[in-house]
Amino acid sequence: MENLVQEAIQNVNMQAIMPSLVLCVFGMVLLMVSVFSKRGNTTHVAWLSIAALVITGFVTLSGWNNPQGGFADSVLFDNFATFFSMICIIAAGLTILMSDDYLKREGSPVGEYYPLILFTTAGAMWMASGTDLMTIFLGLEVLSISLYVLAGFFRDQTRSNEAGLKYFFLGAFSTGFLLYGVALLYGVTGTTKIQGIAAYVQANPDSAMNTMFIAGGLLLLVGFLFKIAAAPFHMWTPDVYQGAPTPITAFMSAGPKAAAFAALMRVTIVGLDGLQSELTSLFWVLAVLTMTVGNFIALSQKDLKRMLAYSSISHAGYAMVGLVAWNAVGLSAILFYMLVYTFMNMGAFAVLVLIGKKGEDNLTLDGVAGLGYKKPILGIALTIFLFSLMGLPPTAGFTAKFYIFAGAIKAGYIWLAVLGVLNSAVSLYYYLRIMVQMYFKDPEEDFAWVKINVPTAISIAISVVGVLYLGIVPGAVMNLAKLAGF
Amino acid sequence: MQAILFYLTAVVAILSAFFVMKCRNPINSALNLVTTFLCLAVFYVMLESPFMAAVQIMVYAGAIMVLIIFVIMLLNLGLTVKTRYTHGLAAGGILSVMVLFVANYFTRAGEATGTGGSVTSELIASYGHTELIGRAMFVDFLLPFEIASILLLVAIVGAVVLSKRKV
Repeated sequence: MENLVQEAIQNVNMQAIMPSLVLCVFGMVLLMVSVFSKRGNTTHVAWLSIAALVITGFVTLSGWNNPQGGFADSVLFDNFATFFSMICIIAAGLTILMSDDYLKREGSPVGEYYPLILFTTAGAMWMASGTDLMTIFLGLEVLSISLYVLAGFFRDQTRSNEAGLKYFFLGAFSTGFLLYGVALLYGVTGTTKIQGIAAYVQANPDSAMNTMFIAGGLLLLVGFLFKIAAAPFHMWTPDVYQGAPTPITAFMSAGPKAAAFAALMRVTIVGLDGLQSELTSLFWVLAVLTMTVGNFIALSQKDLKRMLAYSSISHAGYAMVGLVAWNAVGLSAILFYMLVYTFMNMGAFAVLVLIGKKGEDNLTLDGVAGLGYKKPILGIALTIFLFSLMGLPPTAGFTAKFYIFAGAIKAGYIWLAVLGVLNSAVSLYYYLRIMVQMYFKDPEEDFAWVKINVPTAISIAISVVGVLYLGIVPGAVMNLAKLAGF
Repeated sequence: MQAILFYLTAVVAILSAFFVMKCRNPINSALNLVTTFLCLAVFYVMLESPFMAAVQIMVYAGAIMVLIIFVIMLLNLGLTVKTRYTHGLAAGGILSVMVLFVANYFTRAGEATGTGGSVTSELIASYGHTELIGRAMFVDFLLPFEIASILLLVAIVGAVVLSKRKV
């Protein structure tokens, strides 16, 4: 008995979970703060959660180049986890900046909104740092359950309800798949540690032929692919992205997607390394399918949030190209891509947050006609983000795609790179349509309701700086991404 | 003897699980679910894990069932739930039967066998079940165990946010 207590204490390493611990403590404190504050007044909660994220950011960064593991190998906070955690922190910060005025406009300023975002970020950190399938699974659940609530946050709007419910049902289903996969893998290998699974595959190379192992691995992948919205598990994305509150849509497409990529990368590259040839051919097909489905359906969309949802699917496809390459260039390119995508996508959504009316029925292609003349600054910002989403220089979207395809070519997947570039060409059409509406159509409205508030303006400014900085001098951050590989 | 007991329990478990879906009255469904849980507890006993059997009865057949029945009563669900036949239902049924056959085939062919874990009968004999479960919870899976508490907190907060009448 004494031994057990000793053993339990020896396993604890607070350093390895410090960032998520800080976030959870702040989340709980802010829950109390919002209970005791005046009804409808949530501005101070928003700023306090920004402060929490800044502190967490410093705590996270202090662990750079100092990998900390613990809890009987169920967590490892290495550079990889630090990089992805920083992406999620940035995404959460930008979301909170654009949320306060948005919530007031839509008439639902509820304080619990912000702690839920903090808990989501903590869940994302556990996903990025987990080295045990149980840690990853529970992190995923913390993240998902907060997001179900946030997606359905506007209870009096049918679309938001639909988004929350749809996400919940399909998400619960995919969770079932994931957990079943974990159970089957545990049955074959006798462990849930990723290192243990890797050791098993190495010791039994013919395990790839074991039906139970294959079934478990595939079910596990389905769970992750659902979260990153890869085809053919993307059906929920357009409805949920359209119905959810716009800042939450922006957050979902950046933070949780990055976290799911982190978990997917750690599980496949560390755990299932022995199955590289099988997995790369699977990812090849999925990457091409995801890009193509996303881009081609986006062509016919009129609603901007829906269009960006399909664009988000196609970007998941581009990022998966790095996973196919399975080399150092491709992997660090995924990290870089996720960071860039956070800035450009959240920036675009922040502009949509500003130009939407209450209820957001005007966020269509016709709704932005003449925006470039009536609100020139917003027009320029949106143009920069769209250029980046297209992948044109000198924006970050170009460098990110360049690294991704460079990795694929280096690994010998020339055709995959060609298909990716062709897909980018297709995507020009629907991004340019927005710009044509903004600059070549006569304004039908005066956009008098657009009031640029400071926090949202800050988030747009940060995104613009991020997109341009990573586009013009990508070297420094790219080096960090290289150090963050396995 | 053990095989007979297993098949008897399995038949009861499957039948009651079937009636969980088939019953039109939600209370009847809930009671059938209790039977299923009890059969699972019997399986745990047969697998030499009496602790799990006790937990199964206390937590699932006890606490969770009370919650489910409570919700049914509170929501005052109509006594009969009308179900409408769709082709999706039949397709789903056929698909799951096919999956069952495939799984059965691979299991019998010996392709879907697992490896033994670290917990053996000797280990159980020397430590005892409760200590082994405690070790798994507080040594091997301490962090996931603690994350589960955050998970529950988030779920409670979410339920309150989504269900309270006035902001």
